[in-house]
Amino acid sequence: MINNIIRNTLRFLVLVLLQVLIVQNIRLGPYVILFPYVLFILLLPFETPRLLVLALSFVLGVTIDMFYDTAGMHAAACTLLGFARYYVLRLTSPREGYDPGLAPTVAYMGLTWFITYAGILIFIHHLFFFYLEIFRFGEFFKTLLRVILSSVGTFVFIYVIQFLFYKADPKK
Amino acid sequence: MKNLIKFIYRNNFFFVFLLLEIFCFLLLVKNNGYQGSSLINSGNEISARVYRTAANTREYLLLKDENERIARENAMLHNMLKTGYAALPMEVFKKNDTLYKQQYLYVSAKAINNSVNKRSNYITLNIGSDQGITHDMAVINSNGIVGVVKDVSKNFASCMSVLHKDVRVNCELKKDHSPGPLFWDGSDYTYCYLTDIPTSSIMKKGDTVITSNLSGIFPEGIMVGTVDSWERRQNEAFNTVKVKLSVDFKKLNHVYVIKYRFKAEKDSLEKISQVQSDK
Repeated sequence: MINNIIRNTLRFLVLVLLQVLIVQNIRLGPYVILFPYVLFILLLPFETPRLLVLALSFVLGVTIDMFYDTAGMHAAACTLLGFARYYVLRLTSPREGYDPGLAPTVAYMGLTWFITYAGILIFIHHLFFFYLEIFRFGEFFKTLLRVILSSVGTFVFIYVIQFLFYKADPKK
Repeated sequence: MKNLIKFIYRNNFFFVFLLLEIFCFLLLVKNNGYQGSSLINSGNEISARVYRTAANTREYLLLKDENERIARENAMLHNMLKTGYAALPMEVFKKNDTLYKQQYLYVSAKAINNSVNKRSNYITLNIGSDQGITHDMAVINSNGIVGVVKDVSKNFASCMSVLHKDVRVNCELKKDHSPGPLFWDGSDYTYCYLTDIPTSSIMKKGDTVITSNLSGIFPEGIMVGTVDSWERRQNEAFNTVKVKLSVDFKKLNHVYVIKYRFKAEKDSLEKISQVQSDK
């Protein structure tokens, strides 16, 4: 339990710093903007109370807002992500439910499961965020292209991070 | 009443979510006002400190470019020195100081955070209200216009860059003074668009675009960029000009904040005539 708290706090700090100091400076043209910091919410343990997930998402969003000068935008998108996570987890759960020792990573749950789970949530977050950022429908298709390409980009980035930092076979 | 409380309690997950979202939107709406200052921006102590550390590190990597640019600027300033001119032995050229008042003050600053890939880009500077910075001041560097100060804290200032969806700068073609507003379309950080240029005005690729005297924030005649191409869009009586910006927003480091010394006087005068015409 304590171990879990320390690990998640560290992950929070590392992901925020990664996002703010490094990923913010990666420029892949106007359509691909990466937000791998959402990995923090995705990787919270299955048994985290849903209200806590909501609160942590909000805090994460406000922290990113502080660095990005986007008061409220990341917070709103992250809170939606935290809200949606509960339902997506229910939707993608195996018939007998999640085993208590498992974590929502590729290594534990398999690639297919992770693509469904992370794909849906990242898309929801990006969709909400980019339309909130532009706040009008004048550039509708341009923004939609942005959402799709950025979601794919963020997903690939998150997938690579998992490969680098998590053991291939955690059961040993 | 009891039932209502029961209902809210049973759906507490949804209601907490709703509450947080409402709070986010309040923050968002408050921040969107042009003058509204907000708690959550990169001028606050925590994020500013992180950015400052990162900027210090990055500065070492850019020292070479920066030295070159400063050397060029020094050369230009030397050219403007009195010793660079020959004194003419004629009384006619005597300058009467009461006729010339310094109207713009330049304050040197450093950009400690900057972005180009968002729809609304901001720049954080390492000076703030303690150094006499207030909102609506112009920010330039030696190559051209950079942005406008939005929020200030004691030691930091958060500026809207020219690459911001709400920023319009009044510019003109240097050649024939055709004025028009400059805006950014959000795609490429090296290009902006100048609208409302009359079709009668004849342009060439490479023509200079400068700020006009209508801008109110920027001094007249500051470099903006050069004409790249132009087109007359459907149903419009004017040309839209694609302008290549002279400032490389990716490599922003040293900038100048410009104080317009007569701003308060000008604003209060304009307010008086506004009030009178409203009556």
